[in-house]
Amino acid sequence: MSESHARIGGTLLKVENVSLSFGGVQALSEISFEIREHEILAIIGPNGAGKSSMLNVINGFYHPQDGVITYKGETRKQMRPHHAAATGIARTFQNIALFKGMSTLDNIMTGRLLKMHRHFLWQALYWGPALREETEHRAAAEKIIDFLEIQAIRKTPVGRLPYGLQKRVELGRALAAEPDLLLLDEPMAGMNVEEKEDMCRFILDVSDEFGTTIALIEHDMGVVMDISDRVIVLDYGRKIADGTPDQVRGNPAVIDAYLGVSH
Amino acid sequence: MIYREAGQFKTSYASDQMVFPILQDRWCIAAIILLAYAIPLMANEYWLQAILIPFLIFAFAAIGLNLLVGYAGQLSLGTGGFMAVGGYMTYKITTSFPDLNIIVVFLLSGLLAALVGLIFGLPSLRIKGFYLAVATLAAQFFLGWIFNKVGWFYNYSSSGTITAPPRKMFGIMIAGPQASAEVRYLVALTLVVVFALIAKNLVRGKVGRAWMAIRDMDIAAEIIGIRPLQTKLLAFAISSFYCGVAGAMTVFLWLGSAETEAFDIFLSFNILFMVIIGGLGSILGSFLGAAFITLMPIFLTNAPPLFGLTMPIDTQKHIEVMIFGSLIIFFLIVEPNGLARLWQISKEKLRLWPFPY
Amino acid sequence: MLYNVLIAPFVDMAGSPVFFAEVVIGGLLTGVMYSLVALGFVLIFKASGVFNFAQGVMVLFAALTLVGLMERGAPVWLALILTVMVMTALAFAIERIMLRQLVNQEGIILFMATIGLTFVLQGLGETLWGSNVKALDVGIPNQSFEVGGILLNEFDLFAAASGAVLVTVLAIFFHYTRIGRALRAVADDHQAALSVGIPLKSIWVIVWSVAGVVGLVAGIMWGAKSGVQFSLSLIALKALPVLILGGFTSVPGAIVGGLIIGVGEKVAEIYWGPLVGGAIENWFAYMLALVFLVFRPQGLFGERIIERV
Repeated sequence: MSESHARIGGTLLKVENVSLSFGGVQALSEISFEIREHEILAIIGPNGAGKSSMLNVINGFYHPQDGVITYKGETRKQMRPHHAAATGIARTFQNIALFKGMSTLDNIMTGRLLKMHRHFLWQALYWGPALREETEHRAAAEKIIDFLEIQAIRKTPVGRLPYGLQKRVELGRALAAEPDLLLLDEPMAGMNVEEKEDMCRFILDVSDEFGTTIALIEHDMGVVMDISDRVIVLDYGRKIADGTPDQVRGNPAVIDAYLGVSH
Repeated sequence: MIYREAGQFKTSYASDQMVFPILQDRWCIAAIILLAYAIPLMANEYWLQAILIPFLIFAFAAIGLNLLVGYAGQLSLGTGGFMAVGGYMTYKITTSFPDLNIIVVFLLSGLLAALVGLIFGLPSLRIKGFYLAVATLAAQFFLGWIFNKVGWFYNYSSSGTITAPPRKMFGIMIAGPQASAEVRYLVALTLVVVFALIAKNLVRGKVGRAWMAIRDMDIAAEIIGIRPLQTKLLAFAISSFYCGVAGAMTVFLWLGSAETEAFDIFLSFNILFMVIIGGLGSILGSFLGAAFITLMPIFLTNAPPLFGLTMPIDTQKHIEVMIFGSLIIFFLIVEPNGLARLWQISKEKLRLWPFPY
Repeated sequence: MLYNVLIAPFVDMAGSPVFFAEVVIGGLLTGVMYSLVALGFVLIFKASGVFNFAQGVMVLFAALTLVGLMERGAPVWLALILTVMVMTALAFAIERIMLRQLVNQEGIILFMATIGLTFVLQGLGETLWGSNVKALDVGIPNQSFEVGGILLNEFDLFAAASGAVLVTVLAIFFHYTRIGRALRAVADDHQAALSVGIPLKSIWVIVWSVAGVVGLVAGIMWGAKSGVQFSLSLIALKALPVLILGGFTSVPGAIVGGLIIGVGEKVAEIYWGPLVGGAIENWFAYMLALVFLVFRPQGLFGERIIERV
């Protein structure tokens, strides 16, 4: 069980009756749930259930046809990606969306872009205010590099890194933005046991040290049960369960749709 | 052994982020720049006028195009058109305000070119890839037509040609028929050094990272908060600024006079070749590519006599064109990342030399 | 002034409808010629994902070869067969020397390679056959006649008919044959196609040969109309707006796009050109395509690119 259980605060993000469809395909139907501050929420469900779409809606990449999203007290029908990022939402992606042409360090630095304000004309001189800002953010990026133990690969172009390390760099880029809400889309897909343990440790550390609220999509039930405070189950675009890991584990609808029964 | 970096530790982030962090590199660059400034003492008029000055101007334009295509990932075939804006607007401004310092006029027309680039860059929010390239061709052809048809731009001269009037700076003639090749070369060199440094500064900071993010995966970039339209438009604007200044330099520091044919689609292709052969996303690559494309025709023209081959001029021209094309294909096969990558690989080998592993 | 731009041209059109019809038909016929060239582009892009800038010069090269052979005394039918063989051999060479080495490279690299190819073919063509303008006569009837007061030309109709036939044949080929399906798979993803056993090399040779033959047909049409010369290779540049309008991957799109551009250009030049000093044709097609793109980025018939994260 997560130790930050005691710190869980009020509602950070609330999603009410959100529906999303693409042409004839209904990706999400009247989904409502909330994420509370400092908690770790897991979103699970079979493939195609709409989990990634849900994250995309929160990010503002997809615009739902119905429903509202309330984030930090502000209610709106659609999020805009820039606004989401500017108000503290960061995420990782199912199929790694790193900038393959840049190094690890540069990728993490892009996470800090919204915090860099010096006009490009100062940048052109690379001196004075621009240099100070660059150095300041470099220091912040290095802290994350230390935290994720990826110092050795900081100058390597990420296209050359093995899959597991790429996922870690992507987490670093999301953390660089110092988010209040961190959305992780299958952060442990394709990893072996050791890598998963490392990733779990990082996620828990992020929650403990920085108090970041985390919503993650994950298929590994062991991980889900271990680290999450609450679990939401989606199936065919609908929410079929919402509760603590134990509650969800025993829920017959969930067992039917997804978990199955151990023989 | 010579190129060892051992013992060179960086104790601050600023020193790690320098343009040339390795000491040997700094020495090399200093030497190259000194040599470049000393060239007028050694080179003859032909070399300056036919090779070195165009090389500098093309490198300048190639840097501009590289920022747009190599760093920001927006394919553009309108380079010639933007250079034309620079050339013609410089002519117009300086003939209207003859007392204005010519370098200032260069920069002003660069800004105008940036504005034009901004407008033609607007479609880039909706269009990508080859579609965008063809859209930039609209800029190329339209600008070429406008500077041909609208007499105001060339002061209604009957031939449609613009000619650089004599202009002085610090008492020395730097443009016009009496300006010497040495002076023009030095002015071009200074402009190139200054603006290459500025370009390098832009790409290693936040602007460059935003561009590369848009290039590599614009959706992810948008989600982490980068604004695609602003970033792309900034790329178009800055790139067109560089091309505009290069165009001004073409008329005032190299050719002396020009018509719209000087800025045609073949120029656009040439600059694009320089960027790709030199290396996309590399300032050094822009220089290498410009050198390659500038020197190759000269080499091809002068090489056959060295081997004792003589051919009718016609056939020679055609064979040159064939070899040019073949070299380009050959190059793309061998090293699609360009000369800059080859340079990087040789530097890595130099680190260990003479040890093979 | 506004009257001149917005009202007068339409008044002109209504005032002499016969002339307007001739302009439109002239535009349509030019459009068919553009379409023929664009067709070659579409084929190669559809099947190998390569944006073949050299298509224009292939048109020129095919025409040059044909004329060259005929000048050396070959009868038309023999010259045609030999030229087709030459274009096929060319396709082999291109595949072997260039394409094979650039499998799965980025689009822009392949595009630049085709520009290099353009130079090579141009130089080669001119070295082999000389660079003078040549007349091309393959025996296509060239009589003018009137229909309803409008002046038409047998040649133009012949060109339009050949275009139509070619398009139909190609469309059927792509949709209904096994090879056509394989071609579409290759266009999507080289490596995936390889992994299901599609012989990439043979596919490419086939496609480039067919594009070469299409180029030959286009070359014959253009060459018979205005002589075989270097400027023919610049037709490629005109075909680009056609592709934008029609979509890079659509055979019917190439036709429709060509017709729209052909008519649009002609009408703009005749009715609006004089207002601004003429030569609008240089850029009108591109502006039209550009405006179009803003509203429909993938062209009329192109495939919508859906981006997923």
